[in-house]
Amino acid sequence: MNKLKRLSPATRSNYLTYLGVILAFAILQPMAAGGKLSPTLQGQLVPICAYVVMTLSLNLTVGVLGELSLGHAGFMSVGAFSGAVAASALQYSIPNGGLRLAVAMVIGAVFAGIVGVLISVPVLRLNGDYLAIVTLAFGQIIKSIVENLYVGVDGKGMLHASFLKPLTSLGEGGRMIVNGPMGIPNIAEISSFIAGFILILITLAVIFNLVNSRAGRAIMAIRDNRIAAESVGLNITKYKMMAFVTSAALAGAAGTLFALGQPAIVASKFDFNTSILILVYVVLGGQGKMWGSIIAATFLTVLPETPAMRGLADYRMLVYAVVLIVVMLVTNSPAIQSFFSRFQKEAERENGKGGEQA
Amino acid sequence: MVIFLTRLINGISLGSVYAIIALGYTMVYGIAKMLNFAHGDVIMVGAYVCFFAISTYHLNPVVGVLLAMVVCTLLGMVIERLAYKPLRQAPSLAVLITAIGVSYFLQNGAQLLWGSNNKMFPAFLKGDALQLMDGQLRVSVTTVVNVVVCVVVMLALTWFTGQTKMGKAMRACSEDKGAAQLMGINVDTTISMTFAIGSALAAVAGVLYMSSYPILVPTTGSMPGIKAFTAAVFGGIGSIPGALLGGLLLGVIEIFAGGYISTQLQNAIVFAVLIVVLLVRPTGLLGKQIREKV
Repeated sequence: MNKLKRLSPATRSNYLTYLGVILAFAILQPMAAGGKLSPTLQGQLVPICAYVVMTLSLNLTVGVLGELSLGHAGFMSVGAFSGAVAASALQYSIPNGGLRLAVAMVIGAVFAGIVGVLISVPVLRLNGDYLAIVTLAFGQIIKSIVENLYVGVDGKGMLHASFLKPLTSLGEGGRMIVNGPMGIPNIAEISSFIAGFILILITLAVIFNLVNSRAGRAIMAIRDNRIAAESVGLNITKYKMMAFVTSAALAGAAGTLFALGQPAIVASKFDFNTSILILVYVVLGGQGKMWGSIIAATFLTVLPETPAMRGLADYRMLVYAVVLIVVMLVTNSPAIQSFFSRFQKEAERENGKGGEQA
Repeated sequence: MVIFLTRLINGISLGSVYAIIALGYTMVYGIAKMLNFAHGDVIMVGAYVCFFAISTYHLNPVVGVLLAMVVCTLLGMVIERLAYKPLRQAPSLAVLITAIGVSYFLQNGAQLLWGSNNKMFPAFLKGDALQLMDGQLRVSVTTVVNVVVCVVVMLALTWFTGQTKMGKAMRACSEDKGAAQLMGINVDTTISMTFAIGSALAAVAGVLYMSSYPILVPTTGSMPGIKAFTAAVFGGIGSIPGALLGGLLLGVIEIFAGGYISTQLQNAIVFAVLIVVLLVRPTGLLGKQIREKV
């Protein structure tokens, strides 16, 4: 315990985040294996993990880099489709589900990362609301492209792809994988809660290591004051791109995890509303606070399915909207903020030094 | 040639509706510096009010439109007062999330009140289409009404912001709220008034949009909302002529992309053009180039 106190507040908070995730897994996994969880919650474990990773990765863009992205679901879509295609194509070459999932996730992350690089070139030249609208535009473009994509595999195991028109050249023994607007209709569900848990840990490790490195400090300096950062010689584009592409790749892996846990996926699942949903998790969890993202994503994914909310039936989305507005009004009201800052000051006085933001 | 002209006219017709919505977006952005994501849903509410006025209560369509404008004006002011005013000093992301919350609220409220099934908006703009070029080119009444309403709204807004006391107060507030307040301008009233005008325009746009795309559901407003937002950015957000230009161009590009390239890629092309424009002119076509001060 003494050792824990000697660590810097940021490192301590990072270790506690890992610990929290491991504890949650240690409690939930035996329950899930023993069938103690309700069927709805059981079915939600993999999507929750995917949304947690999505939220963490968006928090890297919004909280750490300080740029608003309204098209994060686009990266999820790229990861979901490329990963699911890879998993389907490798079905016979890699019979082991876990290994195939890992390979698919890497492929999903790489593809999403490549799209991230392509997008970041125009996006990172802009600032503020203009950057936000361009990410929104990219989200829509990715959705339109994926909706018109046809991918199949022929008898020899070669991939064929076509755009806008259905594939006709698959021949003997071939099969369709991605079917345009119908998406991928039959997915072998190989995602598991354990895989989701490992992906969350990897994501946390990537983000914490990035944030606590020289590059991470540069990224935060850019967030806090771009002009000052530029004037001390930081390469703005390089660091912005680093954060943006990392975020995209992690979202791609999350997309693969999500897709391979579903019986079927369609491109319209990853639309503007999904991007917004993830953004809501980030803001409610606290920008730049990774543990907040994990709690917000878990809680808000489960909340609409809890018995209490189910009782509200048709009213639950309305209640969700009201909760969202009230939380924003309350957390930003000057009266409440001064109330909390009083506690914070007292705590700081007891510690004898200014509390560092984690 | 006839096909080209027909598409151009359709594009201008759709673009006029986008322009009216974009005007609302741009005014609110100019003064409150916030992206009002609930604007699209105000369009939907306006369309529903007009729908019920015409088809359930059999009122005159003009009365229906006026009623929709009144309801939306009040709705806009209430939203501003309850949800946005307390956040005047808050970070912009908090305001954005609140706007999304309001948008969810309106969509789900509409679904509870009016059901999620499709409603067919009655065609109330009846009349013979204009025949041009020996009857080869037909311009429908809807198109004429869209363009006329758009031009009238545009002229009225230009006059309003340029000549009236309230309009000048709006321009002053959008430049510098603090200085405007020192000059004796009531900033709260001015912002409230901006939301009122923007929402009234949204009601008009909602009814016009419905006369071209008559299927009414609680999520009807989202897509024209996003498109009009794009149009506002396209023309330079905060600029009234920019909104008009952006709206018209977006409508024409959308129809041309659908007609000449592919209907499935229509939206993708619209957004791709937006990205190219922002790369060349980072603040939109008619937006002010703002120098960053250190």
